[in-house]
Amino acid sequence: MGSLVDRHTAFLAALRGAGLPVSIAEGLDAARALGVVDLIDREALRAAYAATLVKRPAHRQTFDTLFDLWYPGALGDGVALSDEPPAPPADDEDRPPVPPALDPQVQERRRELFDLLLTGDDAGLTQFARAAVGRYGRSPGGQSWFSSGVLQAMSPQTLMAGLLNSVLQGQERGGMAERVARRRFRDRIERFESLVATEVRRRIAEDTDVERAARLAVRPPLERLDFNRAGRADLQALRREVHPLARRLAARLARRQRLARRGRLDFRRTVRASLSTGGVPLTTHHRPRRPHRPELVILCDASDSVSAFAHFTLLLTFALREQFTKVRAFAFIDTTDEITRFFAPGVDVADAMTRLAREADLVWITGRSDYGHAIEVFDERYRDAVTSRTALLILGDARSNHGGLSLPTLRRLAGQARHAYWLNPEPRREWNTGDSAAEAYGEIVPMYECRNLTQLVEFIEDLA
Amino acid sequence: MTTLFASPAETVRRLADAGYLADEAIATTVFLADALGKPLLVEGPAGVGKTELAKAVASAAGAELVRLQCYEGLDEARALYEWNYKKQLLRIQAAPTDQAWDATHDDIFTEEFLLERPLLAAIRRAEPTVLLIDETDKADVEVEGLLLEVLSDFQVTIPELGTVAAVRRPFVVLTSNAARELSEALKRRCLYLHLDYPTPERERDIVLARVPGIEAELAEQLVRTVGALRALEIKKAPSIAETVDWARTLLALGLDELDEAAVARTLGVVLKHVSDQERAVRELGLPADGR
Repeated sequence: MGSLVDRHTAFLAALRGAGLPVSIAEGLDAARALGVVDLIDREALRAAYAATLVKRPAHRQTFDTLFDLWYPGALGDGVALSDEPPAPPADDEDRPPVPPALDPQVQERRRELFDLLLTGDDAGLTQFARAAVGRYGRSPGGQSWFSSGVLQAMSPQTLMAGLLNSVLQGQERGGMAERVARRRFRDRIERFESLVATEVRRRIAEDTDVERAARLAVRPPLERLDFNRAGRADLQALRREVHPLARRLAARLARRQRLARRGRLDFRRTVRASLSTGGVPLTTHHRPRRPHRPELVILCDASDSVSAFAHFTLLLTFALREQFTKVRAFAFIDTTDEITRFFAPGVDVADAMTRLAREADLVWITGRSDYGHAIEVFDERYRDAVTSRTALLILGDARSNHGGLSLPTLRRLAGQARHAYWLNPEPRREWNTGDSAAEAYGEIVPMYECRNLTQLVEFIEDLA
Repeated sequence: MTTLFASPAETVRRLADAGYLADEAIATTVFLADALGKPLLVEGPAGVGKTELAKAVASAAGAELVRLQCYEGLDEARALYEWNYKKQLLRIQAAPTDQAWDATHDDIFTEEFLLERPLLAAIRRAEPTVLLIDETDKADVEVEGLLLEVLSDFQVTIPELGTVAAVRRPFVVLTSNAARELSEALKRRCLYLHLDYPTPERERDIVLARVPGIEAELAEQLVRTVGALRALEIKKAPSIAETVDWARTLLALGLDELDEAAVARTLGVVLKHVSDQERAVRELGLPADGR
């Protein structure tokens, strides 16, 4: 790619390809911004692009990944290394590879890394990551680049104990100081790992081509992340989203209720107010409206296969408690128990989930989902929870391990409720495969696919 | 149009003189908004210094700050302009009996009876102006339409008076807590800056600048602890202002080290929910009887 303009347009195309809504006007703004910032200063360039093109925090990570590919911080090795040759590829046949723990050079490098992590020198860490990838990042055979080689050789995680020791000299362990320090170093180690990953992507892009590397590097944004595919870090990030999300949703719902017609004219207040304008009623006053808020009963599958999804839906509904007159939640695996008590107002939701897993009585015989039995138990014990004011919400993948389904009972319950909905976290194309009874249940209760935050939010907006 | 700042580096310096420690990304974005003449939308959690930034830009540029605070139910009459009905009524009632209606009619729709609201005020000023539209997300969607209209042409049409065009474009800052998504159209018109909690180093410098007399060592400990609190899953993360308050509290109590007991005693300064405090006590291993 030759000129700056070519690179600029290719970069915009890549952003659009990754799902960022970059309009033509914004592209022109970015081009104008390039004319006034110092192009030599890479961080100023990054800020200029970000200010003109990235208008949602959720897109920022994608943007950064692509920016690092299109405007790399270095070319080739990027540093004038000391004159040691690059490490021989691991499958060099002349001599067996030395295990990293015994290689004095590796140990030397790790000491360097230790000092950088201790001081938190970010520029130094960047340089170091670049050199380390150049040296240990070649994949076996030397064809490509990979980060696991670097992370194995440097094993930054194992430096933690030493780092903590050097900060907490003489202080008692296990207290607040240690936790705060541990967090600080964990952030720095993560920073190092992400620098290595960025560097590896840059090298791959240099060897092959930028577009391909970009396609490989970009992950879906959080709000579109599939619940069932979320890793542990993703789950944490999602949980962090719950409160702000609930706030946003609540604001939107409240606004919608306000827009639903003003209340009746308050004649008395209007006339009173008109006295100050010589009897001319310039402003009218209205009585407030009584908004309609449904009661909500949630019946949720708590087995492992849908745990992440059930977890979020419960968190979100309880965060939105104010939007409903009453919320009651029941969980089941092969029998059913009420779990509302774990979500008393003011309780920490993350705690509620752990207590729920420990204390609720959800297992009857096998500990595998049995929808049929669970529905029967629910009907027997908690039938009175479902009234003509209730919206009944069922969460689960409808996989009953070929057990009974209790269709008539569910039909009666759905008939009792004002509305009934079923949220299924499986992709629609997998419904009715194997032991899924999605169709049978879907005939009684309308079933919706709900695989990510976006879909969940849309549904709850319709519900409230 | 003359620009306020010459370069990002100069922006950093002048904002610092105005008491705002900006990092490179903030300074570059402010500089660009000024150089390209576009409104700047600043979004981020509560208490990261969004409004402060607008005030600092005003003070650094020697401009007047005109502020429009958004709220639910804000309408054109409160944001743009409004006729002073009561005064007009008085004028009609006090009109001499021999005066024709036409004359009166022309009389009551003049400058004298116009109530200027922030948007119109910012447009009509001839001196350098920073227009701060605060908490844009709190306003209703209709207001966004109005803002789009005003911010794209910087002119307002008042049917009885004609069109008022800006003599001098104000530097516009919109802030938002992201309580709802602002419309795509509005975001497209603006440059965007996402302000998040500052890095520990920057926050330490802020504490040192705001709380004279505090030891650097203590400030360091303090911002690290606040960082640890923000990382917990809590309802309301401590803002920068709360960090500064905490530093002042420690000074006032004469504590020169932030140990478990000190944190437990003063936790109420930074965490304002009981469940948040309980969580912090548990996660940081504080003595539970501190409160």
